[in-house]
Amino acid sequence: MAKQKFNIIESTCIPVEIDNCNTDLIIPARYLASTTRDPKFFGDAFMHDLRYDAEGKPVPDFVMNRPEYSEAPREGVHEIIIGGQNWGSGSSREHAAWAISGYGVRVVISSSFADIHRNNLLNCFVLPVIVSREFQQELFETVKADPSAKVRVDVPRQTVTNLKTGRQEQFPINSYKKYCLENAFDDIDFLLNNTDKIEAFEKR
Amino acid sequence: MKTLFDKIWDAHVVQNVEDGPTQLYIDRLYAHEVTSPQAFDTLRDKGIKPFRPERIVAMPDHNTPSDQQERIDDPVGRKQVETLRKNCEEFGIRHFAMGTRDNGIIHVVGPEKALSLPGMTIVCGDSHTSTHGAVGAIAMGIGTSEVAQVLASQCILQQKPKTMRINIEGQLPEGTTAKDVALYIMAKMTTSGATGYAVEYAGSAIRSMSMEGRLTLSNLSIEMGSRAGIIAPDETTFAYLKGREYAPKGAEWDKAVEEWKKLYSDEGAVFDKEVTYRAEDIAPRITYGTNPGAGIAVDGRIPEFKDIPEAEQAQFLSMLDYMQFKPGEKLEGHPVDYVFLGACTNGRIEDFRAFASVVKGRRKAEGVVAWLVPGSWLVRQQIIDEGIDKILEEAGFELRLPSCSACLAMNPDKVPAGKLAISTSNRNFVGRQGPGARTVLASPLTVAASAVTGKITDPRKL
Ligand code: SF4
Repeated sequence: MAKQKFNIIESTCIPVEIDNCNTDLIIPARYLASTTRDPKFFGDAFMHDLRYDAEGKPVPDFVMNRPEYSEAPREGVHEIIIGGQNWGSGSSREHAAWAISGYGVRVVISSSFADIHRNNLLNCFVLPVIVSREFQQELFETVKADPSAKVRVDVPRQTVTNLKTGRQEQFPINSYKKYCLENAFDDIDFLLNNTDKIEAFEKR
Repeated sequence: MKTLFDKIWDAHVVQNVEDGPTQLYIDRLYAHEVTSPQAFDTLRDKGIKPFRPERIVAMPDHNTPSDQQERIDDPVGRKQVETLRKNCEEFGIRHFAMGTRDNGIIHVVGPEKALSLPGMTIVCGDSHTSTHGAVGAIAMGIGTSEVAQVLASQCILQQKPKTMRINIEGQLPEGTTAKDVALYIMAKMTTSGATGYAVEYAGSAIRSMSMEGRLTLSNLSIEMGSRAGIIAPDETTFAYLKGREYAPKGAEWDKAVEEWKKLYSDEGAVFDKEVTYRAEDIAPRITYGTNPGAGIAVDGRIPEFKDIPEAEQAQFLSMLDYMQFKPGEKLEGHPVDYVFLGACTNGRIEDFRAFASVVKGRRKAEGVVAWLVPGSWLVRQQIIDEGIDKILEEAGFELRLPSCSACLAMNPDKVPAGKLAISTSNRNFVGRQGPGARTVLASPLTVAASAVTGKITDPRKL
């Protein structure tokens, strides 16, 4: 998992307009049998069964295969996914977050996320951004009408802006997690720095 | 005035990070082969050992085949199971190997061996960890990074969830099981209705529910978005746990029960949300769509298109398209191809007793493929001890070996594309039981009734 520090991301977006998009859809179970951590393996499996048919041929109408959205993410391009509501429900598989990150996506915007997946995204340095239902709809419309439209996600200011319409919203993130994202700092590092507190707790 | 959840949570707080999460101490970590390999790699990367290996229990369940357990043919699955064994050896972790009498699905084995006890905090890299909440514990699914955190420090960093109490009052009608209660609640609440909440189940119908039933109910909490589904421990809980392998013994037991008796939501404790349903309103249920909330009574009809809110219409149509069902259609009497009894939802002894009570003296329908898969070797042993295997055999069914089996398409038990399965598992997602497979979720009674008729059947009418 690439641990890139977060600051301001300005990018075109992929609209994945599927409500209740569960982690079985984000990555099918058969990819779970892997013991690898190779980002490309998981990136290729991202949304696999919607992207490819049973023979492995790309499904032409699926959004990620349409020419306007098919370019692999790189700086300023397709680093953001706009997802349907209740994004990432179902299985706890972190493989779903690895798939998103392995594909090259750095931000997922939705009106709601399932709890476990949301934590998994954060632990994989993909930022889940919660916006209002109306703003989510507007973003879908903008990005579908103009695939070159960009959205700005400003982590220090905690704002997300539709650069086409200028509409902006604040998004929530606690200061601890914000510090982690801005400094590429892991929860595990935090915990390992606190073992004295854990031992003290065990003696209580 | 505290809720049950708050009592257990507060007793496990190591520290509250300023404007951040809580550092929560974890009493029990379970690990399976699918979500742990990369967590063990993290330990190796950092050059560290598990902080409290004695609190960890590991077992393979997802990849284990249910027809024989001498070997795993799929090289990728085999490697994963092998990797778990090696990691446990290297790091000194208790491991219940495939094919041994300790093995089974974690969420069946944990409670039945009393490795999950009231008042504990329990985590596992698996969303159905919510199951263990039925014994009166905080039990939550976590991701692999979090598994690594617990391995490294026996703690996780979590935002405290809001609390919700769901009361089920009254007596459940004949033929209605805990599974039907869960499917009913989900249809009312939707699959995200409890996102952000820890749920407590309460009310007279829960008090009179068996431990197996409670485990089924807590298992399904995650399907409405809640990571935890807790039930206050009571005499039913204590009677279930007493004498089991890892339960405290003798004076220790008495002391433990005294403590456990304090685990309930205080009178007047305030929940962020509270809902009450009447047990009498609940009937045997089935699902018709591709999320567990898309359900109806077994003798009901799929909603008409005009009755679906506009925002959900597109999803409604795409679900029905996948399921090959029509709006307004009645599913009772619809032919089924596959029958699955098992999974961490309904793979316990009571589920096999229920199934056997229906098929006894009847025959499996021609042409139906039936997989009856106990959730653990202990359950399988009990099935044999009680002679249930004989009843099943006489009815034309075969008892398989403990595994997650057809619950998810990771081992050889896959439902072929286009085939319709009626299943006691917990997820009817697109492709969950195999690419293109179609799943109807139901209780063991409804599944049994359908297995002998070859059609979706109301168990009350058989
Ligand atoms: S039985 Fe199904 S839901 Fe339960 S742990 Fe296994 S795969 Fe997951």
